[in-house]
Amino acid sequence: MTTASRPTELPEVIDLDRVTIRFAGDSGDGMQITGTQFTRTSAVFGNDISTVPDIPAEIRAPQGSLPGVSAFQVSFSSYDIYTPGDTPDVLVAMNPAALKVHLADLPRGGLIIVNEDEFTPANLKKAGYEANPLEDDSLSAYTVSKVPIGTLNARALSDLGLSAKDVDRSKNMFALGIMFWLYSRPLETTIKFNEEYYGRRNPKVAEANITTLKAGYYYGENTEMFAQHYHVPKAKLAPGLYRNITGGEATALGFLTASKLADRPLFYGSYPITPASDILHELASYKRFGVRTFQAEDEIAAIGAAIGAAFGGALGMTGTSGPGIALKSEAMGLAIMVELPLVIIDVQRSGPSTGIPTKTEQGDLLQCMFGRNSAAPLAIVAPATSSDCFEMAIEAWRIAVKYRTPVIYLSDLYLGVGSEPWLIPDTEGLPKIEANFATDPATFQAYERDPETLARPWAVPGTPGLEHRIGGLEKQNITGNVNYQPENHDLMTRLRAEKIQRIANDIPELEVFGDEAGGDLLVLSWGSTFGVNRTAVQRARAQGKSVSQAHLRYVNPFPRNLGDILHRFKKVLIPENNLGQLSLLVRGEFLIDAVGLNRVTGRPFTIGEVEAKILEMVD
Amino acid sequence: MVSTNAARDAEIEVLSRKDFTSDQEVRWCPGCGDYSILTQTQRLMPELGIPRENVVFISGIGCSSRLPYYMNTYGFHSIHGRAPTIATGLKATRPELSVWVITGDGDALSIGGNHIIHTLRRNIDLQIILHNNEIYGLTKGQYSPASPLGKVTKSSPLGAIDWPLRPLALALGAEATFVARSLDVDPHHLVETLRQSYEHKGASFVEIYQNCNIYNDGAFEDFTAKEVRADRILYLQNGEPMIFGKAEDKGIRLKGLKPEVVELGKDGITEKDLLVHDETLEEPTIAFMLSRMEYPDYPVPVGVIRAVKRPTYDDLLGEQIEGAITSQGAGDLDKLLREGDTWVVD
Repeated sequence: MTTASRPTELPEVIDLDRVTIRFAGDSGDGMQITGTQFTRTSAVFGNDISTVPDIPAEIRAPQGSLPGVSAFQVSFSSYDIYTPGDTPDVLVAMNPAALKVHLADLPRGGLIIVNEDEFTPANLKKAGYEANPLEDDSLSAYTVSKVPIGTLNARALSDLGLSAKDVDRSKNMFALGIMFWLYSRPLETTIKFNEEYYGRRNPKVAEANITTLKAGYYYGENTEMFAQHYHVPKAKLAPGLYRNITGGEATALGFLTASKLADRPLFYGSYPITPASDILHELASYKRFGVRTFQAEDEIAAIGAAIGAAFGGALGMTGTSGPGIALKSEAMGLAIMVELPLVIIDVQRSGPSTGIPTKTEQGDLLQCMFGRNSAAPLAIVAPATSSDCFEMAIEAWRIAVKYRTPVIYLSDLYLGVGSEPWLIPDTEGLPKIEANFATDPATFQAYERDPETLARPWAVPGTPGLEHRIGGLEKQNITGNVNYQPENHDLMTRLRAEKIQRIANDIPELEVFGDEAGGDLLVLSWGSTFGVNRTAVQRARAQGKSVSQAHLRYVNPFPRNLGDILHRFKKVLIPENNLGQLSLLVRGEFLIDAVGLNRVTGRPFTIGEVEAKILEMVD
Repeated sequence: MVSTNAARDAEIEVLSRKDFTSDQEVRWCPGCGDYSILTQTQRLMPELGIPRENVVFISGIGCSSRLPYYMNTYGFHSIHGRAPTIATGLKATRPELSVWVITGDGDALSIGGNHIIHTLRRNIDLQIILHNNEIYGLTKGQYSPASPLGKVTKSSPLGAIDWPLRPLALALGAEATFVARSLDVDPHHLVETLRQSYEHKGASFVEIYQNCNIYNDGAFEDFTAKEVRADRILYLQNGEPMIFGKAEDKGIRLKGLKPEVVELGKDGITEKDLLVHDETLEEPTIAFMLSRMEYPDYPVPVGVIRAVKRPTYDDLLGEQIEGAITSQGAGDLDKLLREGDTWVVD
């Protein structure tokens, strides 16, 4: 990847120095915090990491029930990794429901750590167990470690004078302490977090959490509950200052950085929708940067306001998920017609209609390409990893401003919530985005185009002498007056299409991972499937197969060398979390017999399923 | 008051109506009420003393929404019903601009109904000018949400069975801070009402009864025709008793919770018995009552029905940003990127 955090040389052999843990419990058990703390500690320790949460759709499902299970998976390693792992090596299950929901993903021989206090008849019944799995032989294929986490936690905190309820809230920290011991992690990062996060507001909670965290750690050390514990050495990342970042954070920071690089205020109009709302929340907290967020009455108002802000010279932006894109379609057509810079974020989720709002999918590609009346082309970029969201957010604005066009920033739920280490850039070193407002009344024509980019002038209200009218009606070439002449409409339709195509001259050429000169199979991927496809290709190559990968971060227009690359390979495989949308585009444009690997389970691909398909195609 | 600003301020070039007239040919049907609204708007503009480049007209779709093309200002002819959203984004980022939304009864009340109510409750500092002709004109004659029950049109050959909206009542229900009504056939009143809408700080809602002489000719003639107007229109004046009639001999008084038309001098009724118009009343009950008075039961109220002070969205947004900068300091991006747990890889 071009993101700076990735070393250019990738290991061809899959190292075993990697562990994947899944923390699972009731949504009230604090599994997200537990997972996040394990992640931060591992990141600061120097491992490469990749994470993904699994949060229930219901805000508060009944305690102990199957829908109420919340989980967080973290993979950490001594080498560069691209995915949070297919299957966990360790499952921490805080109650029977968590065990029931997640056991199927644990390979035989995997380690299970359970909070045995919660395996009461009532809880077993809620989870649908007829017998206690800890007492029969149903878990005999696994290594099971039964720990009375609730009891031990209560004992550790008995002197603090807390209510039983408050004591119970800290039990996730006891479990975390055990895991820290098991994987030789330092406690400092989590101690510091508790001191800073709870210290001022609720010092008792901070004290309880820290006490029980240590108790868990010492429990692991003293009881010798495990025959051994493990060490995952530091990964070799490019030198520099790092932080852990989710795709959502990287997206918001990328847009904020674009605003600085363009020296234009950022305006974000949005209507709450899962999973895009986090971007609204994040940007709303950047008021001191002059960011203006607007929670609109609906999706249409959100994009309308963004277009209004763009008309006024701001970086007008809107964000949503698939159903919101459907509602914004007409206004996107307007933005194409008036040729103003605009960025539209689509954080894809499972559909159609309301679908599964908390599950990931790549089902909006064709909607974003074509979901407007008549010929209405716009640019589409698709970040590949959580940290790549930062770079592609800036790219979206660079293209939008330079070409005076709407750009869709096509992300998905999985990218938004996943996290990985990020090499923090110095923003002073990033190229500026030039707004180049029109100012000269003597030469101004509203639809006179730049000969190279075909962009029209951005003439903002308040500029004397440039008073002009724009709108959704067809405009006369050059003057911008309303015009219904047949030849003019044909010309303008072609100019709008040509302008988008010319962006291909201004984006990086597609790179091939593997055999530049071609080979048996090319895996062509886009968006959030980068990591799983890269890892699957690495595994196939380690087995001596002639398999390469090319990954699209620019989906419209395609990089100009895409066709050339495709024709160098005997076969092309396109894995997508949809029923073949990129395949349709590629087959249509390049007339090649691309094969799809298509899954819409609401979850990312596993490395194993892509690898199996690759081997099937090259064997 | 504002009209003399231009003369007072030597920095601002004195402009005329011609300066606000674009080079585009006006394409409304001959005899349309929109001509009058355009003329009064162009007349008013130079009197406001705003530099022309700071004026923006934004419209949706419909006959009325063509108006921005004819104004030599910045203009945006957008899509059906969405003009208030575009105006909101513009005003939220460029509060120094004078932003006018031009809309019609279909555009504002039907397809754009949601945006109208939310723009009004937010109190964004702009003017919404609703040309109400109680018909869909551009689509060639279907009934609108303002058409009366039973209205026979192409799409309602047996009469409309939709109960109509009252635009001013809707605006009041949406917490509008400025609500007014005027007539295309009364240029003097129209230009003064538009001026007052401009002078109001916040979202101003002006309904103009506008005749569509092709698809709904004479819809308002019963009370707007010159010879009957004085007897059938109630010209509201702030602080004045509600009096109407050629001889100024009729008035409105409150009877229980309802307005009542009374004759001055009859049964000992004097001006003191009449309602005195107070547009600044926070309590909207009288304004709501006025918004529902219709001919022939009552004279039709025109003028400013409500004008109350409330902070504007654009001011509050600006204050939050200023406040954040004052309390936290202007944002330092490189510092923000380095927040939280960081570590160095050598």
